[in-house]
Amino acid sequence: MMKKILAMLLAVLMTVGVLAGCGGADVSGKKENDGASVIKVGTSGPLTGDNAVYGVAVKNGLELAFEEINALGDLQFEVKAEDDEADSEKAVNAYNTLMDWGMQIMAGPTTSGSAAATAQKCAADKVFMLTPSASDPAVIAAGDNVFQICFTDLNQGKASAQYIKDHNLATKIGIIYDSSSPYSAGIYNTFKAEAAALGLEIAIEAPFTEGTKGDLTTQVTMCQQANCDLVFLPIYTSEAVKVLSVANSNGYAPKYFGCDGLDGILSVENFDTSLAEGVMLLTPFDATATDEKTQSFVTKYTEKYGTAPNQFAADAYDVAYAIYEACKAGGVTADMSAEEVNAIMVEQITKMSFDGLTGQAMQWGADGAVSKDPMAVVIENGIYVGMD
Amino acid sequence: MIFLIWLLYIPALYLVYGLRLALAGMGIYLHTFPTMLLHGAVFVGVYYLIKYLKKLLKVKPRIPANAGKRDKTISVYGLVTVGFTAMTALQGYGMLSRSMQGYLVPICAYVVLALSLNLVVGISGELSLGHAGFMGVGAFAGIVAATCAQNAVSDPFLRLVIGMVAGGLMAGVAGLIVGIPVLRLRGDYLAIVTLAFGEILRSLTENLYVGLDRAGLHMSMSNGGVQLQEGGKMIISGALGATGIKPISTFVAGILLVFFTVAVVLNLVHSREGRAIKAVRDNRIAAESVGINATTFKLKAFVISAVLAGMAGALFGLNLGSVQASKFSYTTSIDILVYVVLGGMGNMLGSIISTVVLYLIPEFLRSLADYRMIMYAIVLIVVMLCTWSPKIKNTISLFTYTMRTYWNRLFRKKGGSGK
Amino acid sequence: MDFLQYFIDGLYIGAIYAIIALGYTMVYGIAKMLNFAHGDVIMVGAYMSYTFVSASGMPVYLSIPIAMVICTVLGIVIEGLAYKPLRGTSSLAVLITAIGVSYFLQNAAQLIWGPAEIGFNRLVNAKPFLLFGGKLRISPEAMVTLAIAVVIMVALTTFVNRTQTGKAMRAVAEDRDAAQLMGINVNRTISITFAIGSALAAVAGVLLCSKVQSVSPTVGSMPGIRAFTAAVFGGIGSIPGAMLGGMLLGLVETLTGAFISTQFSDAIVFLILIVVLLVKPAGLLGKQTQEKV
Repeated sequence: MMKKILAMLLAVLMTVGVLAGCGGADVSGKKENDGASVIKVGTSGPLTGDNAVYGVAVKNGLELAFEEINALGDLQFEVKAEDDEADSEKAVNAYNTLMDWGMQIMAGPTTSGSAAATAQKCAADKVFMLTPSASDPAVIAAGDNVFQICFTDLNQGKASAQYIKDHNLATKIGIIYDSSSPYSAGIYNTFKAEAAALGLEIAIEAPFTEGTKGDLTTQVTMCQQANCDLVFLPIYTSEAVKVLSVANSNGYAPKYFGCDGLDGILSVENFDTSLAEGVMLLTPFDATATDEKTQSFVTKYTEKYGTAPNQFAADAYDVAYAIYEACKAGGVTADMSAEEVNAIMVEQITKMSFDGLTGQAMQWGADGAVSKDPMAVVIENGIYVGMD
Repeated sequence: MIFLIWLLYIPALYLVYGLRLALAGMGIYLHTFPTMLLHGAVFVGVYYLIKYLKKLLKVKPRIPANAGKRDKTISVYGLVTVGFTAMTALQGYGMLSRSMQGYLVPICAYVVLALSLNLVVGISGELSLGHAGFMGVGAFAGIVAATCAQNAVSDPFLRLVIGMVAGGLMAGVAGLIVGIPVLRLRGDYLAIVTLAFGEILRSLTENLYVGLDRAGLHMSMSNGGVQLQEGGKMIISGALGATGIKPISTFVAGILLVFFTVAVVLNLVHSREGRAIKAVRDNRIAAESVGINATTFKLKAFVISAVLAGMAGALFGLNLGSVQASKFSYTTSIDILVYVVLGGMGNMLGSIISTVVLYLIPEFLRSLADYRMIMYAIVLIVVMLCTWSPKIKNTISLFTYTMRTYWNRLFRKKGGSGK
Repeated sequence: MDFLQYFIDGLYIGAIYAIIALGYTMVYGIAKMLNFAHGDVIMVGAYMSYTFVSASGMPVYLSIPIAMVICTVLGIVIEGLAYKPLRGTSSLAVLITAIGVSYFLQNAAQLIWGPAEIGFNRLVNAKPFLLFGGKLRISPEAMVTLAIAVVIMVALTTFVNRTQTGKAMRAVAEDRDAAQLMGINVNRTISITFAIGSALAAVAGVLLCSKVQSVSPTVGSMPGIRAFTAAVFGGIGSIPGAMLGGMLLGLVETLTGAFISTQFSDAIVFLILIVVLLVKPAGLLGKQTQEKV
């Protein structure tokens, strides 16, 4: 027994030692700012595993933005991203690790479930939290100092139904959604309620789950067999790509309507973007927009990370600038405690009007929600075209 | 004798804690109910530890029959006690980082899960891949019970206990429902069926909506199914799970649960039933031929294990502000299984140690950023090879032997090999 | 007509499950271990195919042999490094190492190809055949996949029953010690089994990703679990059993999804599995072994 424990400990020590030696180079390669003079911003998100694509995008967006902000030479920030595997338990661990590091502002987490747990910690510890992408209303309900920069799921479901009704887009609607994802199920619930109120006909509801999302053929076929002329997709790009491809192979071409999760569909590697022609979506961000701000962001991001940014990255980028502006306006300095920063930030954010990549003149209510209207776009010739 | 030590023990504790309080400037929980319980538990631990140490000091020829087992039992209690005392002391002196403090309760929960799974995998010899399902049932039942008791019971510890009892009961019922059909199967068939049940439990909780208002508890499998009155509150809402829970789990409660689990598991293992279960594990036919009803005993172990897992789930769930059903998928079951196998089948002490170590490795590897999980995988493989492979084990013992010989040669000058 | 459509869809995914399950069942039968990393070998196969197709522009079917060769090598390396040292110890220990290998492969893939979904070219890029005025669609790819599955099964059965190596495999599966005494090189036989299993995984990977037209680091994990279920369903260790189990699983999954609930299709599939195992504890085609004292 003792020998076994000894062997185990030895092995752990050895591998960790050896591997830390290899990995150390990468970590120390990053430029570390002087601890005293920087404002420490933390974030957490799934950097490994199934949902890593979202967490990594948020991390990249924040890093890019704070690099630019630091280059302005005004306030200096340091950003640190921790992996939470989209799991609320790990999110709390990540949060604690960040607090040990000395975090003053929380610019995360990425996913709703994690954010709900972290928000409660932030509310209890009085740490200002502004999440780029956790869109569930339960997140901002946790405390007065928790804010979102994305619009809530309620908002999107309602707006989608309204839009479809107003423009008479569909007679029979099929919905393909992820019943195991808070984001997707949240939008679905409000969409369904609103559709019933507006008298839209939902012919097929074809949910999938974490376990069945690998192959969505059945869901597509169900919509096809029911002759739905519009398929509502309150899901993320990675699954939407499968839906569009499979439908195309089966010779099924309905109209598609999605929410902000669909954003980024044009930049999926090796995906035939012609399949996305005519897809309508509500999005706050348009990577193909021609304004200078977006152009510069997209160019820099693509240069640095090798892929085009999606809405998560854009939201994170906005979060960074919103934090910067609020800090500047409120006179936040690096030597303040998280609680002092919190008081200033809450005051500043509720009275500022912020122009970012994902919206103009954004304003925050005391409840933590942002006022920005979902913008409906349609994909034409590989770019977003605004619809009225 | 025991009573005497007990009498001495209480003032001694007050002395120690009082000193600590004076030093750290913390005036908290000396007179509360959980502390009393805890003191009892610590007392038992210390008592056994002393006995163990005495045994170690007395160089006696080993009596093969029961001596080793006894030692191990004592050392399990001792380890938990030492771990608890060390952590509380460090916490008291403010020497624990926030993240370390954050790990304490989840580690307790996982230790209980590993111990209870060890009962099934190690003692009963059945590979179960659905343990997280029971944990999930316990977590959600515990959250619902604790929320319902919010107005009636003001003491958070008592509410936690209510939550854990409810979680344990519900998980026990689930364990019974699962166990009756499952235990008719053997080996890998049993494994796949437990996996299947775990996934079914998860799938059901993922679509569960529970709300609470003045009229009582409302439950439904669809979002529209729960209509609440004014002032009502959703406790569990489908995929989003339970959010806005008030965290009431504490390290003290966690350690108490660990003690409870250790007591239950070890008592079962060393009881008549335990021997029967092991007999069935080692040779089913032989055991049946001497009149042991294999299924009944195995079912008993399975249900007890589910109850403990449910209690751990409640502890786990009531520690976080939000819990999602996706947490209780087979990935978590496998994590727990890894703790058990690495610690050694049927080895409770090993389970505790390996749970703590394996839980902390990914957390300590955070500085490696993107490489974190790949490192964890490599560590896992290497550790498995080092602890199980006969060849590598031989090499290691050869290495340690050589080192010891050198050590003796250098410093002791009187080892068998030195001159 | 709806039923027929879903039936065909079910056969299509079932054929892929069957190929994965064949790999599972062979490894289980001979090495007596649950190779949890099998699903991730599928993923590696798919990524290999993608890499070669996108680098050289070759058609997908040409990339299959390349992916097979790479996965075969990978399978042998994994077996040699992670499983062989533990041979003869507890089968649970090997299970845990397999889980470690699975984590390793997933995370390595994420580091190499990134966490995002990548589009995957189709194996057969053709419109489906339309029958009954477009009510019934049969995609040529489904037919090709089914054909490949059948060919693989026939070839595998022949190989196991007729060749010297195949006989050695069966002997090792039956009784490892006795086989060794008869002069069979057990280690080599197990390595060959892993090689074959991994090559099959590569084929399955390409077929699977070609069906869903995308690939990601976790693409193999759920189908891996499904195929494991399928292998048990059909009677683990049995080649026709794996084939049957895979097909049935695909059918059950698709039909319950279409006619009962896609939300609970997972739960229902598992429930059916449980019921089947209670009636036939060794799976559909598994041998019910009599225990001797």
